[in-house]
Amino acid sequence: MDVKDLVRDEVTIRFAGDSGDGMQLTGSLFTNTTALEGNDLRTLPEFPAEIRAPAGTVPGVSSFQLNFGSIEIMTPGDACDVLVVMNSAALKANLSMLKPGGVIIANTSGFDKRNLNLAKYGEGKNPLDDGSLSKYTLLEVDVSKLTKESLSDSGLGYKDVERAKNMFVLGLLYWMYNRPLESTIKFLEKKFGKKPEIAAANIKVLKDGYHFGETAEIFSEKYTVKKAVIGPGEYRSITGNKATVLGLVAATRQSNLPLFFGSYPITPASDILHELSRLKNYGVYTFQAEDEIAAVSSAIGASFGGSLGITSSSGPGIALKGEAIGLAVMLELPLVVLNIQRAGPSTGMPTKTEQSDLLQAMYGRNGESPMVIVAPATPADCFDAAFEACRISLEHMVPVFFLSDGYLANGSEPWKFPKAKDLKKVNVKFEPPRFGESNGDQFLPYLRDERLVRSWAIPGTEGIEHRLGGLEKEENSGNVSYNPENHQKMTNLRQAKVDKIADFIPLQSVDSGNEKGDVLVLGWGSTYGSIRTAARELREEGIDISHAHIKYLNPFPKNLGELIENFNHILVPEMNSGQLVKMIRDKYFVDAVGINKVKGRPFFVDELKRQIKDALASNS
Amino acid sequence: MSLETLIDLHTKNGNDEPVKYTGKDFSSDQDVRWCPGCGDYTILKQVQNTMPDIGVDKKDIVFISGIGCAARFPYYMDTFGMHSIHGRAPAIATGLKVSRPELSVWIITGDGDSLSIGANHFVQLLRRNVNVNLLLFNNQIYGLTKGQYSPTAPEGSVSKSTPYGSIDHPFNPLALSLGADGTFIARAMDRDPRHLQQMLLRTNQHKGTSMLEIYQNCIVFNDGAFELFTDKKSRPREAIYLEDGKPLIFGKNKDKGIRLDGLQPKVVSLTDGTYSKDDLWIHDEKDGTKAHLLSRFFDQHNPADEFRMPRPFGVLYAVDRPCYDEGVNSQVEEVLERKGVGDLDELLRGPETWVVE
Repeated sequence: MDVKDLVRDEVTIRFAGDSGDGMQLTGSLFTNTTALEGNDLRTLPEFPAEIRAPAGTVPGVSSFQLNFGSIEIMTPGDACDVLVVMNSAALKANLSMLKPGGVIIANTSGFDKRNLNLAKYGEGKNPLDDGSLSKYTLLEVDVSKLTKESLSDSGLGYKDVERAKNMFVLGLLYWMYNRPLESTIKFLEKKFGKKPEIAAANIKVLKDGYHFGETAEIFSEKYTVKKAVIGPGEYRSITGNKATVLGLVAATRQSNLPLFFGSYPITPASDILHELSRLKNYGVYTFQAEDEIAAVSSAIGASFGGSLGITSSSGPGIALKGEAIGLAVMLELPLVVLNIQRAGPSTGMPTKTEQSDLLQAMYGRNGESPMVIVAPATPADCFDAAFEACRISLEHMVPVFFLSDGYLANGSEPWKFPKAKDLKKVNVKFEPPRFGESNGDQFLPYLRDERLVRSWAIPGTEGIEHRLGGLEKEENSGNVSYNPENHQKMTNLRQAKVDKIADFIPLQSVDSGNEKGDVLVLGWGSTYGSIRTAARELREEGIDISHAHIKYLNPFPKNLGELIENFNHILVPEMNSGQLVKMIRDKYFVDAVGINKVKGRPFFVDELKRQIKDALASNS
Repeated sequence: MSLETLIDLHTKNGNDEPVKYTGKDFSSDQDVRWCPGCGDYTILKQVQNTMPDIGVDKKDIVFISGIGCAARFPYYMDTFGMHSIHGRAPAIATGLKVSRPELSVWIITGDGDSLSIGANHFVQLLRRNVNVNLLLFNNQIYGLTKGQYSPTAPEGSVSKSTPYGSIDHPFNPLALSLGADGTFIARAMDRDPRHLQQMLLRTNQHKGTSMLEIYQNCIVFNDGAFELFTDKKSRPREAIYLEDGKPLIFGKNKDKGIRLDGLQPKVVSLTDGTYSKDDLWIHDEKDGTKAHLLSRFFDQHNPADEFRMPRPFGVLYAVDRPCYDEGVNSQVEEVLERKGVGDLDELLRGPETWVVE
């Protein structure tokens, strides 16, 4: 049989299997190889909250979607072109994600009676042979059996053989998309360095999967996706959480401060703790605290001592930290709070994404306690946003929220990483010591400079011993004060200090489209890729539409109001029921319209385009 | 190999000569605002008087408190200080001490602060053995909120929130601390300033979390809660002062002792000729089992019981165990030694890259 080699601009593959089938690893390895091949790409891992949900059942399905291409790729793709399913449950859970006419690669041994029962397909029913998949191209491969045969001489036990079957699938996909095996082979050799027999077995299965594609004669097509035209430079692949870690470390290295990270494990933020705890030789101190409150409190203690105190969590944990964050507002010390948002309320859906904590970040503390808020737009942008969160916190002595989400945290993209020498400087100066009685005035801990910023006076500095606390401070002296005029003044000052930061952040620019026109789509956070792609496609359809994405959510960039005035319609898509839109309407008295989704999944481009059109139709 | 940070550079140019202080040097310019006659005054005074003797430069001392009457304490000390939020002082102190191990860090807390809202942080601090000093002002009442029963209030306590008497079983702070594997556990009282000062010095000397419970009289809401132990008349019978290596003797004329019958402590008379002080339990601060027994001398007072146990004061337990803050820092040093100071460009670059022409 002749195999046709077709060229594709863009391909979306979805790997799905049982949690124990290694689909996340398979997806990540395919991603790395694809990145090294020079494609643009985005990924979306989806896994169950249960560590090991009952094997073979629908709740136990884990999947990994990858969109890559020779064109600009900004989302993991709405629906996939190829769906790899390791068992019946995986098919059941993911079939709706496959495009009509798409390809299903099914591991037939995952469709035996037992698996079909576990997936609840109904007595005697098997989707592989009942014609229900007729609108797709179904390719049946007995991956389990072929893996067993591949390793029949290896002497490995059942478990090790069973674990290698994802490599067969990976090899097969590499053949289908003309990808080289080297990067994966190198990875396997390193991962199983101490167990060379396991490494060899996995590599053999990988190669056999590849050769199976060539020789099995069930595949009539293979595909080439050419290198993407992206800016020249050196790239690496990065997830949001990893980029966040690098941003934090870079900012503390630029300011030459120790990084103190107090955290408590929570999905989907824990990776940040894992990654940072490995970077001790970068001046990073990590503390796994007894709870969320101790985590943030320890960070405040470290900041008092002159380190940059950082804490991380997700919604429920942030709620617990609220009181202590308020203390940091009062103390006017640096503190960076990372919220890797997930679907709420309460425990919600821990492994599913949402951006519904914006108003919590904005207002979720007692009293009037304004905070700076910064949000990344893409996985790689987590680096810049985290760096900026630290810079602002240190230079302005103010706690800062960093609002990422589960989609950014685990998603990945190619990143043209910066050089250390090109990073911004972060300017930190501690209050100098005062020697002897005669030397000048008494130290005033709440004296402010022209930016309304007080000085950072750390223990160990002679002559400036002073007391801080959560009680209202007298202006300048910082002594406890219940004076009514003073409280008014200090409340105003704390707000004015945050507002003034607008002078020290970049102006808002239009990401794509005209500077002035009919429709402006305003977004923030992880909706960036979907909005950018939808706006591009709508412009191609002739709609006058622009896209601006807000990274600095409090304070807003100084020119945001002006920019908004340049458009007739303001649309605000968010993965919540309308939070940024409230802030925009409140601040600029503009009839901004929300486009909202809370399904634990990012916007699909098609869905967003449709909703934008609907909003425009009902708004004109 | 080490990383010289901005903090190192900043604190380097300090004054290295030891400074001679008096107690007055530790008094801040703020008016002390506790109720007249509050036990906190004497504790403040003893702490201020002890500070010159601990051999630490004022600039390197930090007092951190939570919420409650006692929590105002840092405002009155002319050192660095933080009056933080309810129950969280141990967590804040942990962050500070881990990042600045050279500082002398003191936690000021109360029975509500440490044994109710902050009980979790309290036990975690003890198990980690962070090298800080914790002064637990126990007055068996919520003073700042004006008179509700506290987690150390005895069963039956009548307070604003328990008009018919408390049905809550109280914490035994020393037993709790031992249970959390605390390495230094001691008790003192506001009305015996000399002993309190000795205990403060011991608290400071110990490396690890030093937990000093101080019986403190709340003159407004719970006056006389510890009178049995603090009153000069009843004290000799009801309190026993522990001294390392010395037999357990108490009583008005040192006429009573405690001996161990197996694991059973017994009060015995030293005057009826049956036992002499050679038969008594010899206090050993390093003996955990005995410390547990001592912490259990905690029964409600029953004057009818001739053989009732006195309440122990002094150091019940003091042992060495590695400190968390030191562990964190030596691990960082070890990694720095092994890997060298991290190169930011190498980190940004990651394990695998590709070049687009």
